[in-house]
Amino acid sequence: MTDPILSVRGLEKRYGSFVGCTDIAFDVWPGEVVAIVGESGSGKTTLLNCISGRLERSAGEIRYRLRDGRFPDLAELSEAERRFLMRTDWGFVHQNPADGLRMRVSAGANVGERLMAVGARHYGDIRRTAGDWLSRVEIPTVRIDDQPIAFSGGMRQRLQIARNLVTHPRLIFMDEPTGGLDVSVQARVLDLLRGLVTDLSLAVVIVTHDLAVARLLSQRMIVMKGGHIVEAGLTDRVLDDPRHAYTQLLVASIPES
Amino acid sequence: MTLPTYNFAYLDEQTKRMIRRAILKGIAIPGYQVPFASREMPMPYGWGTGGVQVTAAILGPDDVLKVIDQGADDTTNAVSIRAFFAKTANVATTTKTADATIIQTRHRIPEERLQAHQTLVFQVPIPEPLRFLEPRETETRVMHGLEEYGLVHVKLYEDIAQHGHIATTYAYPVKVEDRYVMDPSPIPKFDNPKLGRSPALQLFGAGREKRIYALPPFTEVASLDFEDHPFTVQRFSRPCALCNATGVYMDEVVTDDRGGRMFVCSDTDHCETRQADGHRGPGLPQLGPHAASDRESAR
Repeated sequence: MTDPILSVRGLEKRYGSFVGCTDIAFDVWPGEVVAIVGESGSGKTTLLNCISGRLERSAGEIRYRLRDGRFPDLAELSEAERRFLMRTDWGFVHQNPADGLRMRVSAGANVGERLMAVGARHYGDIRRTAGDWLSRVEIPTVRIDDQPIAFSGGMRQRLQIARNLVTHPRLIFMDEPTGGLDVSVQARVLDLLRGLVTDLSLAVVIVTHDLAVARLLSQRMIVMKGGHIVEAGLTDRVLDDPRHAYTQLLVASIPES
Repeated sequence: MTLPTYNFAYLDEQTKRMIRRAILKGIAIPGYQVPFASREMPMPYGWGTGGVQVTAAILGPDDVLKVIDQGADDTTNAVSIRAFFAKTANVATTTKTADATIIQTRHRIPEERLQAHQTLVFQVPIPEPLRFLEPRETETRVMHGLEEYGLVHVKLYEDIAQHGHIATTYAYPVKVEDRYVMDPSPIPKFDNPKLGRSPALQLFGAGREKRIYALPPFTEVASLDFEDHPFTVQRFSRPCALCNATGVYMDEVVTDDRGGRMFVCSDTDHCETRQADGHRGPGLPQLGPHAASDRESAR
C-alpha cells in the first residue's frame, strides 16, 4: 500500500467562540475519491476550505505529499510554494462556475491560464492543449473563443473542470460541483467526472449534500454534523449499513424510487 | 525685503526630500512601484500631477526643462506645465530635445536619442500593469512579490484569439531586468524599444495612484510576447507629410470634411528641426521651378 497523499490530524477552525469544525482527522490516498457529506451548516465547506489552504485553520495539522516525496505540513511551505502548488498540483472546482472562471475572457484563455502561469509562452501550443481539453470535457472546439458568459451552466462547470485539470494535478477539491445544475446535466457532469477521475487517477475530496453523488463518485465517505465527523468508512458500507443515528436519518431521508 | 511667493519649484523641501527618497528606491529596484505621499498639486488628476512632483523634486536652478504632451510642445498640458516651472522655479525652458536636461512627457518618448545627462519624466495614469486583469491591490502586490505574471499573457492570448495578432498598441507591458512587469505609461508600443538600454534616466510618477518607479540608465527592458507571436511595433506606409521623415511615430490629421487626411510626425520638435534642415514632405506647398517634378517624384 502506498502512502497517503493528504493527511489531516486534529484540525479545528473557530470563528471567534463559534466552532466551524473540530477534531477532524482523515487520510486521502492517491487515486481515491473521498466524499464529505452532511447537512448545510455542518462545517463541510469550512473543512474543505481549510485543507485546500483557502482558509486559515485554528489548530491541527495538514500534510501533503509533494512530487519529490516530502510530506510537509502546508504551514511549513512558503507562500510562493503554496500558491505554486495550488496552480499546478491542485485543483479547486467551485459550486458556482463564475467563482472559478474568468467570465470575461475566452474559454481557451481560461484553460490556458494555468499553462501560462507555469511558463508556457507558445500561443499555438497553448491553444492546441486548450482545444484538446475542451473536447475531453465535451465542449465543441469551435467555441474556444467564446466567453463563459455565453455558456450554459453545465458547459461552464465542464469548462471549470478542464481549466483545473490542464496542468495534470494530483489532488482536486470540489465544493458541490453539481449543486446548481438540473438533473440531466448533473448526470452528464458526474459521468464525465467519474471518467476523468479514473483515467487520470486523481485524488479527490468532494463536498456534497447529495448522497447519490457520493455513492456514484466516491470510494470512501465522511459524514459530518455540527462540525464533527460522526461516521467515516467505505461509501457502500456507510450507505448500506449506517451506524450513527444521524447517518441513519440521512440515509432514510432519501426517497425510495 | 520681499519673501518669495513660492518655495523653489513649488514643493516644500521636506516633500521634495520624501519624493527623492522614493525615486532613489525606485532606481535601486528597477520597475518596482514605490508608494509615496503624493501631494495635491494646482492641477487636476490626470494632468500630470505625478510627473510634476517628480520634476519638482529633481529640478535644479541650472536645469533646462522641456515638456511634451503626445510628442507636441504646444498643447495645453505641455504649455501650462512649462509655464508653471518657469514661474515657480525660474528655470530655462526649451522645446529642443537636444538642449533639455529634464524632459517631462505625457505618452511619448522623443524621436531623438536621449543622452546620459538627460532625464525623462513620465506622467502615469495607472501604474499597475495587472490592474485591469486583477482588481485587488493586495493580490497584485503578492503577484509582483512572487513574480506571478501568467495573467499578463492571458491578456495577450485574448488579443491574438480575437484579432489574430497582439492588438495592444499602447501601455504595452514590459519586463524589467527579467524581474518586474511594468506599465511603461500609455506610450505607443512604437516607443517600447527606446525604453531599454537608454543612456538617460527614466522616472515614472503617478500622482493619483501615489506611485513612483524608475528605469536607471542602460536597464534591460523586454516587451512581453509569445514565441510564435513576437513583439512588433507599428509601421507607417507613408513618410511625414511635413518633413518627409520615415521610421517615426505619426499622428493622423484630418484636413477637410471630404476624407482628406495626412500623417505627420507626432514629435513636433523632431519635425520642425528636420524642416529647418531643408527636409520637405509631400504635404507642403511645393515651391520653386521644380515644383511639378517634385510632385511627380512624391507620387
